Amino acid sequence: MKIAFSTSGADLNAPLDSRFGRAAKFLIYDTETASFAVIDNQQNLNAAQGAGIQSAQTVAAGGAQALVTGHCGPKAFRVLAAAGIKVYTSDATTVASALELYREGKLKESVAADVEGHWA
Amino acid sequence: MIIAVASGKGGTGKTTVTVNLARVCGTAVHLLDCDVEEPNAHLFLGGELCGEPETISIPVPEVDEALCDGCGECSRFCAYKALAVLAKRVLVFPEMCHGCGGCRLVCPKGAIREVPKRIGVAETLRSGDITLIQGRLDVGVAMSPPLIRAVKAKIPKEGDAILDAPPGTSCPVIATLRETDYVVLVTEPTPFGLHDLRLAVAVVRELRLPFGVVVNRAGSGDDRVQDYCRDEWIPVLAEIPDDRRIAEAYSRGEMMVDTLPEYRVLFQTLWANIRGLT
Repeated sequence: MKIAFSTSGADLNAPLDSRFGRAAKFLIYDTETASFAVIDNQQNLNAAQGAGIQSAQTVAAGGAQALVTGHCGPKAFRVLAAAGIKVYTSDATTVASALELYREGKLKESVAADVEGHWA
Repeated sequence: MIIAVASGKGGTGKTTVTVNLARVCGTAVHLLDCDVEEPNAHLFLGGELCGEPETISIPVPEVDEALCDGCGECSRFCAYKALAVLAKRVLVFPEMCHGCGGCRLVCPKGAIREVPKRIGVAETLRSGDITLIQGRLDVGVAMSPPLIRAVKAKIPKEGDAILDAPPGTSCPVIATLRETDYVVLVTEPTPFGLHDLRLAVAVVRELRLPFGVVVNRAGSGDDRVQDYCRDEWIPVLAEIPDDRRIAEAYSRGEMMVDTLPEYRVLFQTLWANIRGLT
């Protein structure tokens, strides 16, 4: 399965971005092939509004079935839920450590948004 | 003639200038409170409500799922991400919608129709020669430009109107300033006042509107605002002194030209200055 991580970098050692909608990039990790692809999210950094909604669509289009990020707002959560993507929040510092926590089953699945919109 | 009173920085005295100008102009005048997120001109004018408040709505999309095939054209078109299409399902976010109607036009299946979503009210009050029209945005609504446009649609074809703009330099201010004849930028002689005045000047220049500056609380800071205006060839239309009695009158909801008649001439001169420049 594919897991999306919000990140500011382009590899597994890059920081996990605590923001979802306005993360610079998404790293999509494929657990079956142990490989990853990076999707640029730059256009949403400067979006006037709707960055979370657009980012959720981007992650869905990337084929992810799960998302690990710092925080997730209500509109993004609604889109992710509609796309059947499970949301996990983590304060891990890097994508690799967040992936490790996910594998160990130490991340709890979110059942609702954990922040208001525009929290950052 | 339509005059807008704007500022950039909040709390510089837009409403003070607007209501006092309306009071001394000597003719019947329309005053439009376009600061629809927190209209306050009525606090100074009082006045009787004329008729019922008019409900203002914007058209937002409603999707007929029986007709929708999930093609995503609506979502790709929407600049404000008010629609998301996932797994052939359309999610609508009415609070993001600006009511442009584009999604309905681009939908190849005719699956989108528009339904009204209330955003606030427009009210008309009369106080002597002044007709006050104010917008009041509903709590929780973030989209004020459509309400500002609805308020401005009530400007009569003939006669004078003075518009009290919201602070800042973003969409609500642009919506207020568009199609006005002259802009009065109110500032204060402080570093913050000058900083935000520069931003406001950039906006009115972009909109190609004639404008001048009123310095409020003159004498409380330094001369940098006046120096800036001189260097930029911007007319300083009036300077309202830093007078504690003005603040006291304001705090009681009184107009300075009523409580402190010595300031009537200042506002009459300001009115004449504006008329001379338009």
